[in-house]
Amino acid sequence: MSLFTPLRNPANMFTALVLVIFALTPFVAPLIGESFYITVFARIMIWAIAAVSLNLIIGYGGLISFGHAVYLGIGGYTVGILAFHGVESAWIQWPLAIGISGLVALIFGAISLRTRGVYFIMITLALAQMIFFLAVSAERYGSDDGLNILARSDFGVSFFSLQDKMTMYYTIFAVLVASVLVSWRLVNSRFGVVLRAAKSNDARVESIGVATYRYRLTAFVIAGMMCGIAGLLQANLEGFISPDMMNWPRSGELIFMVVLGGMSTLFGPVTGAFVFLMLSELLAGWTHHWHIIFGPFLVLVVLFARGGIAGLLSRGVRRG
Amino acid sequence: MDYVLLTEQVLNGFQLGIILFLMAAGLTLVFGIMDLVNLAHGSLFMIGAFVGGTIALLTGSFVLGVLLMIPAMLVIGIVVEMTTLRTLYPRDHLDQVLATFGLILFFNEAVRLIWGPEGLVVPLPSWLDGVVALGFGITYPVYRIFTIIVGLLVAFGLYLLVGKTRIGMLIRAGASNRTMAGALGVNIPKLFTLVFGIGAVLAGLAGLIITPITQAAIGMGEDVLILAFVVIVVGGIGSIRGAFIASIVTGLIDTLGRSFLDDILLFFMPSNAAESAGPAVSSMLIYILMAAILFFRPQGLFPPKGAGG
Amino acid sequence: MLKKLLGSAALLALLASPAAADKVKIGFVTTLTTPAAVIGKDMRDAVDLAVEHIGGKMSGLDVEIIYADDEFNSQKGKQATERLILSDNVDIVAGYIWSNVLLASAPVVLNEGKILISANAGPAQLAGAQCHENFFNIAWQNDQTPMAMGELLNQVGVESIYLVAPNYAAGQNMVAGVERTFKGKIIGKDMTVWPSQRDWSAELSKIKAAKPDGVFTFYPGPAGPAFIKQYQQAGLSGEVPLYSVFTLDSISLPLFQKANMEAVLGTKMTQFWAPDMDNEANRKFVADFQAKYGRYPSYFAAQSYDSIMYIKSAIEAVKGDVLDTDGMRVALEKADFPSVRGPFRMGNNHFPIQNFYERTVVTDDNGDWTTAVGRVILKDHQDPYASQCKMP
Repeated sequence: MSLFTPLRNPANMFTALVLVIFALTPFVAPLIGESFYITVFARIMIWAIAAVSLNLIIGYGGLISFGHAVYLGIGGYTVGILAFHGVESAWIQWPLAIGISGLVALIFGAISLRTRGVYFIMITLALAQMIFFLAVSAERYGSDDGLNILARSDFGVSFFSLQDKMTMYYTIFAVLVASVLVSWRLVNSRFGVVLRAAKSNDARVESIGVATYRYRLTAFVIAGMMCGIAGLLQANLEGFISPDMMNWPRSGELIFMVVLGGMSTLFGPVTGAFVFLMLSELLAGWTHHWHIIFGPFLVLVVLFARGGIAGLLSRGVRRG
Repeated sequence: MDYVLLTEQVLNGFQLGIILFLMAAGLTLVFGIMDLVNLAHGSLFMIGAFVGGTIALLTGSFVLGVLLMIPAMLVIGIVVEMTTLRTLYPRDHLDQVLATFGLILFFNEAVRLIWGPEGLVVPLPSWLDGVVALGFGITYPVYRIFTIIVGLLVAFGLYLLVGKTRIGMLIRAGASNRTMAGALGVNIPKLFTLVFGIGAVLAGLAGLIITPITQAAIGMGEDVLILAFVVIVVGGIGSIRGAFIASIVTGLIDTLGRSFLDDILLFFMPSNAAESAGPAVSSMLIYILMAAILFFRPQGLFPPKGAGG
Repeated sequence: MLKKLLGSAALLALLASPAAADKVKIGFVTTLTTPAAVIGKDMRDAVDLAVEHIGGKMSGLDVEIIYADDEFNSQKGKQATERLILSDNVDIVAGYIWSNVLLASAPVVLNEGKILISANAGPAQLAGAQCHENFFNIAWQNDQTPMAMGELLNQVGVESIYLVAPNYAAGQNMVAGVERTFKGKIIGKDMTVWPSQRDWSAELSKIKAAKPDGVFTFYPGPAGPAFIKQYQQAGLSGEVPLYSVFTLDSISLPLFQKANMEAVLGTKMTQFWAPDMDNEANRKFVADFQAKYGRYPSYFAAQSYDSIMYIKSAIEAVKGDVLDTDGMRVALEKADFPSVRGPFRMGNNHFPIQNFYERTVVTDDNGDWTTAVGRVILKDHQDPYASQCKMP
C-alpha cells in the first residue's frame, strides 16, 4: 500500500483537508482577524498526536488503555521540572522526556499486559492515577496548581527558536505528520501484521510460535513515547503544566477522539481530535451549558456511528 | 501511639469503606451480571443525593427523604436502563465506557439546570446530630455511626437477597451463564432491568447518606466512582463479598494514610513537604495496592466463578 | 468544503469583531460552571449592577462586558483568556477567582500589552518577583488577610493553633500568612487535596486529639460550609473556636441559616471589607444589590463591583482612548475612585495598601445571618512581597 492509496477513500480526503487547514492556518487566520485559531489549532494538533499514538494500541492492538493521558503528563512534567531547575536546552529536555515516557510505558505495560479485557482498562486507569497523585503531591512542583514554564525549550541555534509563534506551530505540525508516517510504517510492517492478527485471534498467533506479549509491549512503549512527545509539546505551547493534563477524564477524551475519528484507520485520530475539540470549542462559545448537548452527542456517536467519521464517510460514498 | 486517635481513625476508615461498598455493590452486580462498564454509576450517586435531599428538605424529614429516595431511584434506574444502557449490553467495553462517559456530562449538566450550581445542604435531624461517647475517652459523631450501621444492614440484606432468595438465585444463574439461564425460562431482560434498578438504589443511597456530611454537589460521584472501580476490580468482578472486603480495606488505607503518613514521612522530608505529600501518597497507596493485587491475581481477590473472565 | 469552512470562519470573524472604538470592551473571567459557579454568579451580578450604576457608559462610550468561564481549571481559564484577547479583542481583562487560573492566564494578557485587573486572586508570585507594570489587583494579596488573622489570634490570646487548608496556591499562601504573624505555637497542619476532598473525618479526628486553643481554616466556595458542618458534627464547635478567612460569606451564610447551624454565629474572621461598612459607595452598593437580587453581596461581589468602578476611573482619565495603555496605567496607579472599602492606595507592586478588619457572624435586623465589621486589625497594610517587585 502506498501512502497515497488511502487518499482515494473519502474519509482520508477529509483528513487531507484537515491537514491542509492545519498547514495554512497561520497564513489565513490573521487575514480574517482570527489569529486566535492559530493557538487553537496548535493545541488540536498536539491532541491529534496523542490520539494517533493511542490508536496504535487501541485500534491496531485492541488494548483499551484508559490511562494514556499519563504520558502527556510525563512528557510535560519532564520539560517543566527541568526548566524549573534551569535546564532549558531542548537537547536535554526532549530526549529525557521521550526516554522517561518510554520507560514508564515499559513498566506499566509489563504489569498491565498480564491482564485482559476490563481488568486491563482498570489497571491502566489505576497506574495512571498513581502518577497523577504523585504529581499532586509534588509540592516543589506546584502540587495541584502545577508549574508555569517561563521559557520554551531552547535548541541553542538562532534560526530555530520555539519562542517564535510560527516555528512552534510548524514544529507541532511536523511532529504530527511524522507520527502519522511512523504509525503507517509500523502498521504495515511485519510487526503491525502480528499486532493486528493478535488482536483478532490471540491464541492462533501464539500457536504458530509468536510471543504476542512482546509485540504488545513494544506497541505500548512506542505509543507511550509518541504521547510523551505530545506532552512535551503541550508544555511548551501552553507555558504551564498541571496534574490535570493526566487526570482520568483526559484519557477518556483521548479514547473518544480515536473512536470518533475511526479506530484502526491511519488518519482517524487526527480527524477525531479535530472534530472533538472544534465542536467543544464552538459549543462552549455558544452556551455555558454545552455539556448537555455534547454528552448525548457522544452517546449517539457510540450507538449509531460505528467506525466513527471514517466509517460514516466511507459508508456514505458506498451508498451514493 | 495515641489509641484514642487510632480508634477514631479506624472508625473513619470503616465509614468511608461503607460508602464505597454501597457504590461498589451496585457496580459489581451490573458489571458481573450484564458485563456492562457503567461510568454513569457515579451520576446515580449524585442524583440520589439531589433527589433524596430535595425530598428531605421539602418534607422536613431526613428519614422520609431516604425512604422516598428508594422508589424514586428505582424508577430512575429503570428508565435509564430501558432507554440507553440496554442497547449497550451487546457492545464491547470500549463503546460502554464512551457512551456512559457521555452520560456523565449530560447528567451533570441536567442537575445544574434543575438545581442550580450551588448544590444542596441537607440538615440532620437532631437525634443524629452531635457526638456519642464510646468509652475509653473516645467520642464519635452519631451520624457517622448511623452510616456504618446502615451500610452493614444493607450488606447483610444483599447477602440474604443474593444468597437466599429466588431473585438472588436468578441473579447468580444470570451471572454465571446467561444463555443457560435464558434457556431455563428466566426472563433475562427483566432480570437485567431489576438488577440495574437495585444498583441505582444502592448508588443513590450512598450519595444521599454522605450528603449531610459533604453536601450534594455536581460531579460528587466521579471521585467515588473511580475508587469504587478499584474496589470491585480488587475484590473480583461480580463478587459482593469481594467488594465488601476491598471497600473496607480501601477506606482504611485512605484514612489511616491521611492521618499518619505525614508523621512517618517527616522522617524522610522537611515538614512542609510531608504535610502536603501525606494525603496524596495515601491516595497513591490505593492504586499501588490495586496494581499489586492484579499483578499476582489478575482476576481480583474473589474471581467470578464460571464466567471465565 | 474548504471554501465553506473558510467562509464560515470569516462570517464568525465578522460577527465577533464589529467595528470597535465606539465602545469599551471588558473581558471578565470567572467560574460559570462546576459547583464553584455559585461564586461566578455573585461576581457577574455585581458587575451587572456596577454597569447599571454607571448607566452603561464610561467616558461617554458604551460598555460591553464579555463574560468568560474558566471551568475552575487553569488550562480552560487560559483558553478563555486567549479567546477574549485574540478573538473578542477586548480592551481590558478583569476577574479571576483562582490563583492558579490567574497564574496560567496572566502571560496571555500581559504579552499582548493589555491591562489585567484581578478581582480576587492575589498570588505571591505576581506581587513579588513576577510583578508586571500592566497587572493590577483590586482585592488583596493572598497573604494579607491571614496575616491579619494571625494578629487577631495574638490579640485574643490564642496560644496554640491547628491549621487546615486546601493544598493549592491560595491555600498555601493563607497558611503562610498566619504563620508570618501568629506568635503562638502551631501544633498541627493539614494541607488537603483540592478540590476533590470533601470529607475531613481524618483531619477532624487529628484536631480533636491535638486539643488546640483554636483552629484556622480557609475553604472558599462550597467546600467551606461542608467543612464547618463536619466541624460541628465532630463535636468540635463548642470546644475549639474556629477562625477562618474567605470561608464564611454571604454565599454560605444563608445555607447555614437554612440548615440551622447556629454554631457559626459569633465566629470571627478578618477581611478588608464587610457589607455593613459605613461609606457612601458601600451603602449604595449593598442596598441596591439587596434590592435587585434579594441577598447580601459577598466579598467576591464587592471586589467585582470595585473592579468596574476602577476601570471606569482609568477610562475617564484617558478620555475614552482605550489604546492609551500608559495613560490608563498612571490612572490605575492613583486608584482614585470611590471604593466600597473606603479610601486605600495602590502599592509599588500594584496591590492595595489597605486596612484589615475583624468581622463577626451576627444576625441582622431582619433575622438574616450576616457579618458585622469590628475594629481595625492591620492598618494601611502592605503585603510582604512588595519589596521583591522591581517594575521596569
